[in-house]
This record gives sequence, C-alpha cells and structure tokens, in this order.
Amino acid sequence: MNAPHHPFSRRDFLRVTTLAGGGFALSLALPPEAWAEVGQALDDTAKFFTPGPFIKITPEGIITILAKNPETGQGIKTSLPMIIAEELDVDFSTVVIEQAALRKDVGPQFAGGSRSTPDNYLRMRQAGATARAMLIEAAAQIWQVRPTELSTDQGKVIHAASGRSLTYGQLATKAATLPLPAENTIKLKRDDSFRLLGSRVGGVDNPLIVTGRAEFGIDQKLPGLVYAALEKCPVFGGKVVSANLERIKALPGVLDAFVIEGTDNINGLLPGVAIIARSTWAAFSAKRQLQIVWDESAAPGHSTEAYAGQAAILAAAGGTNIRREGDVVAAMATASKVVTGTYFYPFLNHATLEPQGCTAWARDGGIEFWTTSQTPGSGQELVASTLKISKEKLKLNLVRAGGGFGRRLANDYLVEAAAIALRTHGAPVKLTWTREDDMRHCFYRPAGFHFLKGAIDAQGRLSAWHNHFVTFGYKNTERPASSASLSPDELPARFIPNFELEQSIIPTIVPTGPMRAPGSNGLAFVMQSFIDELAHAAGRDPVEFRLELLGNDRVVPPAAGQRGNPYDVGRMKAVIALAAEKSGWGQALPRGQGRGVAFHFSHAGYVALVAEVMVTTDGTLTVRQVTAAVDVGPIINLSGAENQVQGSIIDGISMAWLQEITHDRGRTVQSNFNDYPLLRSTETPAMSVNFIQSKNPPTGLGEPVYPAVPPAICNAIFAATGHRIRQLPINKTDLRWS
Amino acid sequence: MPTYNLKVNGAVHKIEAVADTPLLWVLRDQLELTGTKFGCGIGQCGACTIHINGVPARSCQTPISTVGAMLITTIEGLSPDGSHPLQKAWCTHDVPQCGYCQAGQIMSAAAFLQSNPTPSDQEIDSAMAGNLCRCGTYLRIRTAVKDAAKSMQNGGRP
Repeated sequence: MNAPHHPFSRRDFLRVTTLAGGGFALSLALPPEAWAEVGQALDDTAKFFTPGPFIKITPEGIITILAKNPETGQGIKTSLPMIIAEELDVDFSTVVIEQAALRKDVGPQFAGGSRSTPDNYLRMRQAGATARAMLIEAAAQIWQVRPTELSTDQGKVIHAASGRSLTYGQLATKAATLPLPAENTIKLKRDDSFRLLGSRVGGVDNPLIVTGRAEFGIDQKLPGLVYAALEKCPVFGGKVVSANLERIKALPGVLDAFVIEGTDNINGLLPGVAIIARSTWAAFSAKRQLQIVWDESAAPGHSTEAYAGQAAILAAAGGTNIRREGDVVAAMATASKVVTGTYFYPFLNHATLEPQGCTAWARDGGIEFWTTSQTPGSGQELVASTLKISKEKLKLNLVRAGGGFGRRLANDYLVEAAAIALRTHGAPVKLTWTREDDMRHCFYRPAGFHFLKGAIDAQGRLSAWHNHFVTFGYKNTERPASSASLSPDELPARFIPNFELEQSIIPTIVPTGPMRAPGSNGLAFVMQSFIDELAHAAGRDPVEFRLELLGNDRVVPPAAGQRGNPYDVGRMKAVIALAAEKSGWGQALPRGQGRGVAFHFSHAGYVALVAEVMVTTDGTLTVRQVTAAVDVGPIINLSGAENQVQGSIIDGISMAWLQEITHDRGRTVQSNFNDYPLLRSTETPAMSVNFIQSKNPPTGLGEPVYPAVPPAICNAIFAATGHRIRQLPINKTDLRWS
Repeated sequence: MPTYNLKVNGAVHKIEAVADTPLLWVLRDQLELTGTKFGCGIGQCGACTIHINGVPARSCQTPISTVGAMLITTIEGLSPDGSHPLQKAWCTHDVPQCGYCQAGQIMSAAAFLQSNPTPSDQEIDSAMAGNLCRCGTYLRIRTAVKDAAKSMQNGGRP
C-alpha cells in the first residue's frame, strides 16, 4: 500500500478555536513574530479572502477549507475539502480543515444515502474554481496583464511570460475587494489534469486520533459540565408509572433525577427517567439503582418467535400484489425445473462503537449542542417542535462521530439531551448512553421473510420468479415500516419475462430505520442467494448465469412511477467480470473450499464480490478471501475509498455470520457485544479491492458494497459444502459435512 | 469519599472518587484525558485499553481502588509528540475510519510489541483480537503494527 502523504502536517500544530460570535481564529505553534502577524490579521478580517463560505485565505497565506458535512468515519471531512483544494490548486497538506457547524449557506448538511459525494461534487469544484479565478483576476490587476496569461501552481499565481509569481496569501487582500464572478464564467479543470483527486490522502484528523486528541461526541469538555444518564422503558412504547426518585437523588454525586414524560413520536422524545450527576460513573451507578414501575401494556405478545409464526400464516394466505409481469403460473408449469426457498434475515442494531449521546448547554433562552447527528438539520427541527423553542435559538456544532451507519440519522439522543439541559440551571450537560441502552433502543434494521419460487426453462435460463415478501409495519398492516419496504424494481424484476411480487405486513412495535444500505442490506442476500440456487439447479456456472440474466449492455430505466436510479447493465457486467477475473473464478478448489459470487446495485454504485471460504468437516467456517470490483465513477480519495470497501466487507461478514437482534415480550433480548458480536481481527479475510473508474459522475461509497457481502459468503459456503444458507446469521446453521 | 494519588503519564494527580469508580471514568471525567474511550463497559471491546505498569488493561474493568501506586499510561502519554512508531504507522497507512477504537488498538499494539518485537501476521491478529473495530480496519491495523515493528527493529524509538 502506498503511503498517503504527510502524516504529520502543519495542521497537526494548528488549532482552530471557536470565538464568540461564530467566527474562528487560528492559534499556531509559531514563533512570536509570526504570532504578531496572525494577531494583526485577526483584527482586520477585511483583508481575508473569503469567496463564499468554503474558503478563507489570510494575507499570511493560511488557507482554510470548510468541511460541510458530518464526519462519521466515512471520510467526508477529508474528501469534500479535497475537491475544493483540487480546483483551488493548493497543496492539501498545508490546508487547515475546519468542520462546519450547522449553518444556512452551505447547502444541506447530512451524512446519509451515500449522497455527500454526488450532491456536493460540482458545488465543491465550483467553490474552488471560483476562488482560483478571483486570485488570478487579482494578480492580473496588480500586474496589469490579461488573466489568460496567468496560471496557478499549488498556492501561487504565475505569470510565465515575465517569470513573476505571487502567493495566494499575497493576493488575498486584493482578491477580497473583487466581486464574485458569475457562475457561468467559471471554468472547471479538465478531469485528466487532476493532481489531488484520485490520490491517496490520509484522514485529516488522523494525527489527532492517534494521539487521543480528536474530540468525538462523547469527549466534549465545557466549564461546569455535568453528566447525565437516561433510563427508558425496555419494552417499546412503555411509559413511566413511578420511580424511586428520592432515593436516587440522595445517592453520592447525584444532582437531580426526574421523569421525562416524553411524546408519542417514536423518533422523538420517549418517556424515561433522567439522572444528572457530577460524573458519568455516578450517573451510571445511580441508573443501576433505579426502580421504575413501567406501564408495559402497549406491547403484548411481540417476540421473534411470534413474528415467525405470523409470517408462515401470512405466506400461506397470499398477499397484496406489488408487481406482475408475464405469466408466472404458466412459466412454472412448463419449466424444466422449479425451485422453492424460504429466506429470512433478522433485525439488526447499528452498534456504532461510540454509544449514542449528546452534549447540550441551555442558556439565554436557547440551546447549543455538540452533536454527532447525521441529520443535524432534522435534529434542530425535532428539538424546536418538541420543546417549543425557536430554531434560531438552537445552535448545533457538528463533532466527529464514532461511527454512524445510519443510527445517527435519528435524533432521539439530541432531543433527550435538550430536555435534560433545560433542567440543569444553566450548566452544560453531557448525556451518555450505556451500551445496553444503545442495544435496546435503536431504530433497528427490520427483519424480513421471503417465500420464493423460481423456474428454469428448457434452455437453462431463469424464466420465472415469484416472491411473497413478508415484512413489518409499525403498528399497522398497510404500510411497511421505515426501511422495511421492497422496491418493485428490485432484481430480477425488469430482467425476466415472468415476475410476480406479493407483500404481506406483520404489525410490530419495534422501531425500525435505515442502516447502511437500507433495504438492500437484506434484499441482496435473498436475491443473490436464490439466483445462485437457480444457477446450480440449472447446472450453470453462477457467473455466466448472472451475466446472461442481465442481458445486453443497456440502461434499464426504473419502472413507471418508481423512484430510483437507472440500471446500467454494462457497468454491472463489467464489475462482475472483473471480480471473477481477479478472484481466480473457475479455478478448482479442494472439497470444503468454495467461491461464491454476488452483485448488487444500490446508491448508484455497481458492486460485484467473490468470496472464498473454507469449512472444515466439523463445520468451522473461515472466510479466506473477498475480492471486490466496484464502479462508483471516479474515485476522490483512493485511500478512503479502499477503507470504505474493506470496512463494508468486514461489516458484511459480521452481519452475515454473527449478528441477530431478537425480541421477547416486546423488548430486545441482546444487551452488549457479548451477545451481539462484531468480527474480530483473527477472523479477517484477505481482501482485494478493484475499482473501475468509469467516466460517470462520482457517487458515494459508504453503502453500496455492504449488501453484496452476505450472499457472496453464503454462496461460497454452498460451493464448499452443499449447505444452502437461507437464514441469517450463518451461525444458526450447522455447517458440518462429510 | 476516598482519595487516591494517581500516577498518570508521568504526573501524580490527587483524585477523589468512590472506590468502585472504573479508572476509565476518572481519566475521562476528572483528568479530561478523553483519548481513552467508552465502548461497552464490560471488557468486550478494548476501546478503553491503557497500560498499567506497561501491561495492557481494560480501564472500564479497573476500579480506581485497585490501582495504588502503579504507573498508568494513556494514549495521550504514549509519546510526547505523537511520534511513537505505531502512531506514525497509523497515519502512514491511514488506518482510522471513524477512529473511535484506535486509541485502544494502539495501546494494545504498543504493549504487544514490547513483548514480541518481531511478530508474524497471525501473532498480530491474535494479540489484537480483544480490540473491536466497528469500521473494519483490521487489515490496515495489521499492516501498521508490522510496519511499526520493523521501524522499531531499525532503531525507531518506541
């Protein structure tokens, strides 16, 4: 692996300090004379060149780029500023990266849907190119030459004809006096002249992370800070009847304890008992001594077992038609082979390593937050509507999150911190959830059941597909719950002549929500596993069978009325072919070893994976190798992109092999990493990451790789052992063979 | 409330805390050494790993009353200026994604390399198996530990 450049750069000794009034200043580990210069500059912000919110250049040559979106580990704090730096033409290692708070002038600020790159790519390029054009114009005016005679190089404007050059810092004061040029006059760089984009750049916070100085949500320090814990009802929808508050308030270190009545908004402020204390441990200790009488009447009979029973009954009864094409019944009747299979994937928890929490400070009629939210704008609205505070009085600082994976798209912890902050008499308060809180109060990836029937015709082709999808509705049987729906366009719809999809809904009280590649993260397992079953039933090579299913290179539009991206068949076939080639697909392996292939299109990304596994006769599984081929267009940061692919593979193996959230009597059974495991270092496979950098607009990479991992692993297990995994996690299945 | 003289990163701190308070929360809340992270509270994830007399320990499972005069090192004290070969290797190989587990990973690796300066890949994976990474950076961790081991063999100061 090549080294990303400059691990310890100038930003390592630059500190950005927030000033009252929302501005910021740089304090530098610099010699005193340089300090004086900086001080002067701070007194005269008119000399700063700030062409819009994203760039600031001081006369001393300090270049600051704003990172607009929440950083949750996806690397966006590095990659979006890189796009600006490319067009601005500066040495990225010398740039100061400033994390934006929630503000109104930078466009939507959220981390979700793998949208940050596609939504901001042109905006970031435009910002950098505009600033560069203005710096050139400033130099042209100073030298009395035409701008077309000038070029730039890594923070300097150059007049080649006369051999003169000026740094951006030297031009800042002049550039600050120029009007912003019209957007249509700005010329962007040619893609083939990129110097920074596509290279390997280390995360901008790495030097702080490896020395323990990066501040995550849980690390906020404020004068007079107090600490809070919150106990919510383990049964979803439960309410507080009474609690031993007087005893809790008398415990050492406890400052206050009170009931939060909460609201009926499942995504909002739920009922519970809050404890405010002098330390986190005092709050946690007191929490353990809480005796709360809960009203659990809202949740009779909700359990994993009951859901499975209901699914079987619904499947037998038939469901609502979602999509019908051709004549499935006739195709099944004339098929050379018909295969049936019942698939299941469980509820999952995001299990961000940093538990949910938030720091909030209520004063002067408003509240300031330090939050890891992936959707701070929605969080602001939730607090405003729940606590009846004007949005203008809610300031949200965005701080680095210890993982997101979609959990922080919800803002429950934020509104909880706000409600508690109103009770601290002006002291800032840090709410920290325990791991047990986090495991039991989630917007879970919903479970799903698929009752499948597929047909192979006389030519060995997939000719018909029938799926009865049994999913969950939140307290209803009409509408799927959050992230529990199945697009009628989901593969193999649109690719085979006879297709039918039915749906039934089990009512649940379990809160559900988006998790990394929502929808896709369960569906790809089902579709790509069952396609594999059909390929084997047809006696066909699983790669060939898939390429044939996709058909000729073409762009398949979404069905009428459907949202979603057009499906570029050529791009998908190219990644399948590349994954096959790089993985040694087709080369013989001894018994007990096997390769499995899977592909999936989601979040505008084209992904194919080949997994290679070994299963010993006693059923011990080893994932030896995963080969990924990915087309998300041009890569912004090669190091970060590889990280996302490798991380998605590890995450996908954790999910496929180990993870399951179950419910009993309306509550989550699992509590911590002892019963909800993550993959460990000893179980890590070799990984090969291969990008096809097609000339399409760049799209996001946080999500699209994850869904294809479970089917690739399960298909490999079948190839190795003949065991077909139809139920996740894999560790539910006895893999012994002889 | 009992008082303790805690030796952390070369300095002595007078701490008042309930005897069962895990060292983790003393470091984080009282000494504001927040590099040591809370992940699970039951010794499953390793995010809270520190050194006690040079031996890796889970600070969430270490009551302050058991520490006595032992020497505590946290990620903030691993090197004076972030120049430990592991810290450099972590940056060179761009290991972190979210970064939350990485202080614990580095502390485990630092203690491990003291006991095994020339580890194999398998030995690294085994030594690091107590530290969870939710983002899945294990391959890069292995590469970085190996790289740091090599640099320490070549005279790089731990």
